[in-house]
Amino acid sequence: MTITTEQPLVKIEGLHKYYGTHHVLRGIDLTVNQGEVSVVIGPSGSGKSTMLRCVNLLETISAGRISVGGDLIGYREVKGRLHDLKTKEIAAQRREIGMVFQRFNLFPHKTAMQNIMEAPIQVKGQSKTVARKRALELLDRVGLGDRAGHYPSQLSGGQQQRVAIARALAMDPELMLFDEPTSALDPELVGDVLNVMKDLAKSGMTMIVVTHEIGFAREVGDRLTFMDGGIVVESGDPREVLANPQHPRTKEFLSRVL
Amino acid sequence: MDSHQDSHAAPVLNNAVPVRHPGRWISAVIIVGFLLAFLQSLFTNPNFRWDVVGTYILDTKVIQGVMWTLFLTFASMVLAIVLAILLAFMRQSDNPVFRWSSWTWVWFFRGTPVYTQLLFWGLATVLYPTIVLGIPFGPATFTWVTSDPTHGLIPAILGLGLNESAYLAEIFRAGLKSVDQGQSEAAEALGMTKGKIMRRIILPQAMRVIVPPTGNETIGMLKTTSLVLAVPFTLDLTFATNALANRIYLPIPLLIVAAFWYLVITSILMVGQHFIEAHYGKGVDNRVPAAINPAAAKASAAVAPSAAAEPDLKMDFPEEEAK
Repeated sequence: MTITTEQPLVKIEGLHKYYGTHHVLRGIDLTVNQGEVSVVIGPSGSGKSTMLRCVNLLETISAGRISVGGDLIGYREVKGRLHDLKTKEIAAQRREIGMVFQRFNLFPHKTAMQNIMEAPIQVKGQSKTVARKRALELLDRVGLGDRAGHYPSQLSGGQQQRVAIARALAMDPELMLFDEPTSALDPELVGDVLNVMKDLAKSGMTMIVVTHEIGFAREVGDRLTFMDGGIVVESGDPREVLANPQHPRTKEFLSRVL
Repeated sequence: MDSHQDSHAAPVLNNAVPVRHPGRWISAVIIVGFLLAFLQSLFTNPNFRWDVVGTYILDTKVIQGVMWTLFLTFASMVLAIVLAILLAFMRQSDNPVFRWSSWTWVWFFRGTPVYTQLLFWGLATVLYPTIVLGIPFGPATFTWVTSDPTHGLIPAILGLGLNESAYLAEIFRAGLKSVDQGQSEAAEALGMTKGKIMRRIILPQAMRVIVPPTGNETIGMLKTTSLVLAVPFTLDLTFATNALANRIYLPIPLLIVAAFWYLVITSILMVGQHFIEAHYGKGVDNRVPAAINPAAAKASAAVAPSAAAEPDLKMDFPEEEAK
């Protein structure tokens, strides 16, 4: 089981996001403790991916605050006023946060191994030898030890996504974000990716997982959050929420996906 | 696979009669006919003066012209590429002053004829007979007398290079835009800085789109160098062969000499382009993965049979892709 210490690693408070006049997130509050697996579900357009992307500043934050490990994300607070961080400072914050995308986004001109080695060498200044050793370990861990020399185009979707997970882990992040990691996969490939994520959860990694995999939420999640229309509708223990949803919108959504 | 349907006897192949294509034969006869007639004329028409072509094809003036043309092409393309990368980055920049200057540059240099620009750069030596680099009103650190018999080499390179930079900037911009947004997001999420993302992730992928039209532009530049007589710069291949032709009153054999050398250089450039394209096509144009160890190589052959079975056989003609 996951080791949960009651110490918040991620705190999202009053998060709002506008695209022009379109109000996508309308005040999100979410806390994720160290070692916790927080699963976020909801219909498409509910803002769950946008919320996730705000956590590592792939989207700017219109209002509200996000902190990870006690550090305010994207801003410096001076005398009660927020100042934008410089791009270099933002890059430094992102190093602590791994992200896995729906469409994998592996670098197509690099092999699986090179994809994993890229950031440790370029960002952390690791030596090639160290980075290569670690990359092989990670490939073994995601079950792709024999695919090191393959280019992404030569891997199946499930294999690509597992390489993408290994690539994020190579930076030793304290938090992992998963943005619908299995939505672009053929059904028979979903299991392999979920198994890797389960192992990761067992090892104590703090994870926020936006997904449609209700089974994963029930089995691995420590907390389940249901979002709709840019707000958190319901949040709680996954097994309880799934068995006995309180809000009519949650009930309606679950009746359609289960 | 359904074992019940497996028959142990080898299947009888269909051996269907292929569709006939009489049109292909007719067109081949017509084209070959014209070709033969033309070839016959090459040998029988005395006006071609192949003896003169033979005399001048390796003439010192001609070879010097080839070298100068190559140098002009190379130097102005290098200048254009450096400027174009800068312009393309500026165009994408968050800084509005950069975006605006880049747009204006492209607007101006693409909007005026290269011949006019070459004339202008030639006359710039009249406008500014000496150029002095240094602190304004202070001591000079570098002085350049533009009316030197450098024979308009620098104006020629400037004229060709600046004009070309505007076209290349657009090609580079298109190349950078062609890379999926997810690529820079993935690199950002890994904590890479902007410069590194551009250099290590975006540019290598953009090069696949950039190289073919840039090769096209290089070949175009090779022939545009013949306009440098506007500067005037009088040592390039076209000027050299024209001068010889005017001296002996035989323009046709010397045009053949010039065409021959332009074709030779173009062919060499095309070969070079093929290898550059192959380099930047890594991972995208399906190729056999690099073997890390024998076991991995074996495994890779097993999963990627199509990639292993068809190694890079097709030799693309770059121009086709550019269009």
